[in-house]
Amino acid sequence: MSKVHTAPRRWSKPPLIKDSRLRWFLALGGAVYLALAFGTMDVNWGRVAEGIPRGLNFIAAFFPPDFVTRWDEIVDGIYESLWMTVTSTVVGIALSIPIGLGAAKNLAPRWVYLFCRGILAVSRSFQEIILAIFFVKLFGFGPFAGFVTLSIATIGFYGKLLAEDIEDMDPGQAEAVRATGASWFQWLNYAVQPQVMPRMIGLGLYRFDINFRESAVVGIVGGGGIGATLNTAFDRYEFDSAAAILLIIIAIVMAVEYSSGYVRKWVQ
Amino acid sequence: MPVRETQGLKTWQHRERGKQLAIWAGWLVATIIFVYCWQLISDKTTWFFVLDAHHQAADLGERMVPPKFSYMSKLWQPLWDTINIATLGTLLALVLAVPTAFCAARNTTPSRTLVRPVALFIIVSSRSINSLIWALMLVAIVGPGVFAGVIAIGLRSIGFCAKLLYEAIEEIDETQVEAVTATGASGAQVLAYGIVPQILPAFAGISVFRWDINIRESTVLGLVGAGGIGLQLNASILSLAWTEVSVILLVIIATVILSEWVSAKVRHAII
Repeated sequence: MSKVHTAPRRWSKPPLIKDSRLRWFLALGGAVYLALAFGTMDVNWGRVAEGIPRGLNFIAAFFPPDFVTRWDEIVDGIYESLWMTVTSTVVGIALSIPIGLGAAKNLAPRWVYLFCRGILAVSRSFQEIILAIFFVKLFGFGPFAGFVTLSIATIGFYGKLLAEDIEDMDPGQAEAVRATGASWFQWLNYAVQPQVMPRMIGLGLYRFDINFRESAVVGIVGGGGIGATLNTAFDRYEFDSAAAILLIIIAIVMAVEYSSGYVRKWVQ
Repeated sequence: MPVRETQGLKTWQHRERGKQLAIWAGWLVATIIFVYCWQLISDKTTWFFVLDAHHQAADLGERMVPPKFSYMSKLWQPLWDTINIATLGTLLALVLAVPTAFCAARNTTPSRTLVRPVALFIIVSSRSINSLIWALMLVAIVGPGVFAGVIAIGLRSIGFCAKLLYEAIEEIDETQVEAVTATGASGAQVLAYGIVPQILPAFAGISVFRWDINIRESTVLGLVGAGGIGLQLNASILSLAWTEVSVILLVIIATVILSEWVSAKVRHAII
């Protein structure tokens, strides 16, 4: 090795992906995909241009938001959404605990693991709306269908995160508690639960927030709650009432978000 | 340590008595709230229909098998549209979310009193309004089709991406920024060499994560006319072609599981 290393004259930023072939392959693949995607997406620009003034009228129809005319319906809808949110969050979390425990690789035997993971995968795959369509068919219109929908969606979300959290826990503590001769339930209560609890409380609050937001759309397909009110407002072309509903949803989501931040700080 | 002494015998307790009582009281209040809410829902429910549900479910299940797999040939195009809606929508959201996030982060915002609240409001409103509602409005504006779906997904995802991104920006290591500033770098250079490299992994993780969520969301946009496989789903449900519905549902499950797998792989590779 007689070659003398000289410092390069110019410094350049190291690339994000080191392998240059992979880098070019990804860039080329991305470009081809974008070309294909835009190629198949036929945008009717005439319709868009025509739609923009219509869109502006549409947006103008939202102002000023009308809180008064439909106030009673709005209040009813909001209450119904809140009940649905509370019950479905509680029931969903309660059901997701056994499923989440079963879906943790380090806790459950293999067949239980696969079974529970299957439940989680299926309940996560379907968007709330698709579930809601079916549950409205099964249970009839009204908040019960929305409640079942949101509970199932909660199971998929919460169970998966619980299972992952249990899989990531510190095995040392679990072993220590097991070494004292604790029974399985004691082991669960004193070794597993304290390790996953703080994060799970935070996620429970987050799910509450999501469920409230989702309750605004399950109503569109007949699942009750504020979504039903919103849909009616759209159907009657009462966009000012719709704007009021949207603003109320935003305000409640904001309030839940701020308060959940405080609760999380207080719990941890 | 919480220990209770009874007749000279010390027993270890999980918690102090006061704390235990407080926890019980908390549970009591929570149970009351739950029961009250349940009561209200129950009042609004026609229990006759609910009790009848298992017959309905069995009937529906019977009509859904066997899935009509020949229908698959008509599903490739909508499936491709669905994936495009999710991907292009995510790209649109990222383009819009980056400036929003920089405006919303405490340490990079141009003005805390003026710009930051606006950025936060954009984030919250985009997050609170579901993509289906966005789609409902956009179909009225730009007409039905994939384009409305892309914009709906894009607008909906700004909030999520910008929120996670601005939290990442707020958590950066300030000393690196200071070091780059000390070399006499301009504002843009500080951004490019001091901040961006620190948030790049988070950015990549967020975009893949959101893409995965968007695949799921874009399956339903068709219900309001915004393109994708939801259009077929809606048509099949309305025409009561349940064997087609089951094929569509299977396709959706397969797509979602595949996208979840891809996103998990990519995130592992990045982080």
